[in-house]
Amino acid sequence: MKKTMYEKIWDSHLVVDVEGQAPLIYVDRHLMHEVTSPQAFEGLKISGRKVRNPHSILATMDHCVPTKNRDLPIADLIARKQIETMAENCLENGLNLYDMKSPNNGVIHVVVPEHGFVHPGMVVVCGDSHTATHGAFGALAFGIGTSEVEHVMATQTLPQKKSKTMLVQVNGELSKYSTAKDIALAIIGKIGTAGGTGHVIEYAGDAIKALSMEGRMTLCNMAIEAGARAGLVAPDEKTYEYLNGKEFAPKAAMWEQALAYWKSLPSDVGAEFDTVITLNAADIAPQVSWGTSPEQVIGVNANVPAPESFDNEGKRKACESALAYMGLTPNMPITDIKIDYVFIGSCTNGRIEDFRSAAEVAKGTTVADGVTAIVVPGSYHVKEQAEKEGLDKIFIEAGWEWREPGCSMCLAMNGDELSKGQRCASTSNRNFEGRQGKGGRTHLVSPAMAAAAAAAGHFVDIRTL
Amino acid sequence: MQPYTKHESIAALMNRSNVDTDQIIPKQFLKKVERSGFGVHLFHDWRYNDDGSDNAEFELNKPAFKGAKILVAGDNFGCGSSREHAPWAIADYGFNTIISTSYADIFYNNCFKNGILAIIVSQAQLDALMAEIAANEGVKFIVDLENRAVTTPAGNGFTFEIDPFRQGNLLSGLDDIGLTLKHVDKIDAYEVKHKQSYPWLWV
Repeated sequence: MKKTMYEKIWDSHLVVDVEGQAPLIYVDRHLMHEVTSPQAFEGLKISGRKVRNPHSILATMDHCVPTKNRDLPIADLIARKQIETMAENCLENGLNLYDMKSPNNGVIHVVVPEHGFVHPGMVVVCGDSHTATHGAFGALAFGIGTSEVEHVMATQTLPQKKSKTMLVQVNGELSKYSTAKDIALAIIGKIGTAGGTGHVIEYAGDAIKALSMEGRMTLCNMAIEAGARAGLVAPDEKTYEYLNGKEFAPKAAMWEQALAYWKSLPSDVGAEFDTVITLNAADIAPQVSWGTSPEQVIGVNANVPAPESFDNEGKRKACESALAYMGLTPNMPITDIKIDYVFIGSCTNGRIEDFRSAAEVAKGTTVADGVTAIVVPGSYHVKEQAEKEGLDKIFIEAGWEWREPGCSMCLAMNGDELSKGQRCASTSNRNFEGRQGKGGRTHLVSPAMAAAAAAAGHFVDIRTL
Repeated sequence: MQPYTKHESIAALMNRSNVDTDQIIPKQFLKKVERSGFGVHLFHDWRYNDDGSDNAEFELNKPAFKGAKILVAGDNFGCGSSREHAPWAIADYGFNTIISTSYADIFYNNCFKNGILAIIVSQAQLDALMAEIAANEGVKFIVDLENRAVTTPAGNGFTFEIDPFRQGNLLSGLDDIGLTLKHVDKIDAYEVKHKQSYPWLWV
């Protein structure tokens, strides 16, 4: 039988499949951060259970960490306690932790690939919905809740329902100004935030093959925003080249053995998917979200939609309430939307390629009056590389703040946040109400679009620069 | 986990779609290292005014919905992050049942780990239930998980589908981990095979 990549990974990880019980699948890698793990460790301790495979775990601190004055103790005492608890839990259980002072520290989904900790064909979990990022390597990677974090620590397995499969085929060539972020947003705009529910998406087509590993990570990262359990891209030469030589990548003879296995993973020609979606890359303009759900997104050259333009009552109502929250009027050009804040970073767009493309646009510009613009590298390694290339200077000279790594304004847990009514061009992944601070207004964009907006003070079509 | 028993409870109406986990429990409350005490923060940004007083406009603040155990909400409920703080807050507030047309995957899984029954209904069924509550705020529904049935005074009752494994766990209040560990010999055997097939993962 012809199998999709998802089915191959599923089949090879099935531990128990008996009548009347959810199938148990094996977990190869377990990623952790401070927010969704403490209650799992507590549960483990109360029940007298131990971490089954400590070597399968890699942990970092990212959600609550300050992006400036890192030498000082964290002012927020509750956050400080959470950080300390993470350190204690990792020490007690012998886990590999990149703590705040580690040169390897950063956002979990940026750090993990940097060290080659995830390989094709693995099952990877983390108490974080953006675990989908690692599907870029052809690994089945998905977010889990804290009870499941505890379950995986204790058993190295997870009861799972098999997902349906969705092929998202992106044909043709992306325009020079559109990025993986724009593909991700355009897909969500097309299928909606529940479009992928119950599915694992495999992204394929020439436009996907052409993406760098960083781009594929950005794309898979937002599979969750399409409602999918996970996103996958078939491993290829780019994947192998990226992994080769990394700390946790197989070495010498084992590399050859692993490579042979990895090459067997892509979906068989003719394998059937439950759902197929097709997009033409050339049609994907740089995207800007206008509402409070990632599906409320449109090309930068378009106008803010009017509620009556939706044929479905639910979407009409959602549009009305989003426009009210966002302080926008129907039919106004997207390029007329003025911004107060710009955030470049996050597990979606916090990698070196993202800062290169933003710096290219920011070079020689000045941040517009009244706009605060911050750059938050996804990890210390990204920061170091960017500084080596002089990107930090470009941003600083243009009036941006160059920060320490962390999740920062993607979810605004660490004190970096918008005030009520402030509007942000953000390279993060969610534009929910209050996501970047109560009353804050988020527009999701690519790094280059964010940089252009910072200089202009409003959104601009980077194709016209 | 408390076993889920048949109950007759007030059904609260939340006629909104795509209610996301950032609304259910905003991020400022995710810093705690405990599992309890999140109920007071449920829907914080919608529920409270800036001065901390109750927002009278917010549906769950209606006196008729006080003590509700059933939440009837629009589609794609619980979308967004994986935070289990969302079902913790929902359960701690007092809900043990949600009725909607669809849920985000991770949220749906998380509900069942915390004694919350998430029922899936058709759009027509949801519309009827919402209309019944709107016409009679404070109305009580009976939820019978054993027979997978909901009954309502106006006759909008229905039976629902649920995975028998989830149903059994909710009814018994069983711990998932204990169940899985019954298969520890199979996990051990799988790992032996795994080490042979993928030795590079074990160095």
